[in-house]
Amino acid sequence: MSDPLLAVSGLTKRFRRSGTTVIAADNISLSISGGETLALAGPSGSGKSTIARLILRLIEPDAGRVDFDGGDFLALHGAALRAKRARLQMVFQDPLAALNPRATVARVLDDPLRIHGLASRGERPDRIATLLERVGLSPDLAGRHLHEISGGQRQRVAIARAIATKPSLIVLDEAVSALDVSVRGQILELLLDLQRTERIAYLFVSHDLGVVRAFAHRVILLEGGRIAEQGDARAVIDNPQSTIGKALVAAVPRLTRTQDRS
Amino acid sequence: MTGPLVSIRNLSVSYRRDASSPSLGNIDLDIAAGERLAIIGESGSGKSTLALAIAGLLPPTTAVNGAILWSGQPQLPRGGRDIGFVFQDASASLDPVMAVGRQIAEVAHTHLGLGWPQAQSRALDLLRRVRLPEPETALHAYPHQLSGGQRQRVAIAAAIAAGPRLLIADEATSALDTIVQADIVALIRQLVAEDGMALLFVSHDIALAAELADRIAVFRSGEMVELGTADAVIQTPQHAYTKKLLDAHIGLDAAPMIAATGHGHV
Repeated sequence: MSDPLLAVSGLTKRFRRSGTTVIAADNISLSISGGETLALAGPSGSGKSTIARLILRLIEPDAGRVDFDGGDFLALHGAALRAKRARLQMVFQDPLAALNPRATVARVLDDPLRIHGLASRGERPDRIATLLERVGLSPDLAGRHLHEISGGQRQRVAIARAIATKPSLIVLDEAVSALDVSVRGQILELLLDLQRTERIAYLFVSHDLGVVRAFAHRVILLEGGRIAEQGDARAVIDNPQSTIGKALVAAVPRLTRTQDRS
Repeated sequence: MTGPLVSIRNLSVSYRRDASSPSLGNIDLDIAAGERLAIIGESGSGKSTLALAIAGLLPPTTAVNGAILWSGQPQLPRGGRDIGFVFQDASASLDPVMAVGRQIAEVAHTHLGLGWPQAQSRALDLLRRVRLPEPETALHAYPHQLSGGQRQRVAIAAAIAAGPRLLIADEATSALDTIVQADIVALIRQLVAEDGMALLFVSHDIALAAELADRIAVFRSGEMVELGTADAVIQTPQHAYTKKLLDAHIGLDAAPMIAATGHGHV
């Protein structure tokens, strides 16, 4: 068995808030293999987004270690960090907040290619067209502004931007939560297709246990910054053992259909 | 025999002057007193436009055609008194610099003509009814001192403070986590039953609507494509779009999208 793609150990982050200390991540250890999806689920304030942000180094931990792609990720600086960051990408819930809403689609996709030196100026239009086709969009969309396209199309652009640097791991922080259900299924299928063909691993942060159960290989349930329960996604969600796991599953709205869907 | 609480007849709404692309077209819908009616749809379906139209909250530049009859009368009900409205974002609907007790009391003072001491005492009762922890202290709290779920409880208390006959909840639980959402849905169900209010529950979540509502209306692109009892809409959907929504739902019994792999280790 090869080393995991991502190995996190003892990750801890405390926030001071109006005089009291909140432990948003308390001695968290986890690992993700290449091509695998690990879900982080839990109620608001359980620390799932904090852990994702710590791994991305958007915030600095108080303690702990993050090994990514064969090295100590937290020790990297400058050019070495930039190079490694190309392998670790992210897609957030709201692409209009995560990306410049006034930029064109082409500009959004040109940035990573230029910054990481992946294609010359002359090559980039072709690469952008290829990326758009890969995420199921017409290359004709390149000249449009982000605010002119639909929410589903915007999230496809965010995914195209994430895969532009050929990452081995993408953090998906509630990346399908704001989408209409008819669009959500297509985006999940696109992500699975990318996983199958490019062997991309996902850290899938979600509050939706139904989607976690269908989409993720494994799940970690969090409460108060701690791991309450973890294991195979379907095994955990079908038969939760922890108090918070049972409460989370019980709170999922049920759509009871007796009729066969034919 | 009494007629419906709200009768909507041939209602069309257009945010643009030319009315060439109506946001809502030719809607006929009755809301019975005390019933729980869910309006479901995706973005752009017109579900929120319908809720705003019933509450008289559309911008003045909107072109509205057709009729909304309130208890058979053409005069519009008064927002706050006859209709309580709960929005998705409680922080945006509450005044950030006014204690929450005062915000609830203001509704009772304005619409019920209560003096301030009585209005404050009603606010305290309401905070107890929405099960806010430590209601005496919460009376003097400001919205930012409360959690998202607690703020939504305050917004519900303010919405029902004048004893409205219709409570409209527009994606009122969508920003909350699943556990808090289940608590708030249970609270809304209890309050409308106790007060005999009708509920218009606007949501993108067909499973949530199915759990809460007596009837479900399915909207798409400004049109109502299906209306029926919750059981009928879920079990025997008539419209292709309703079937599509049901098939797109990913519940706890959905087939896995991924193949089983050797990733069982932790």
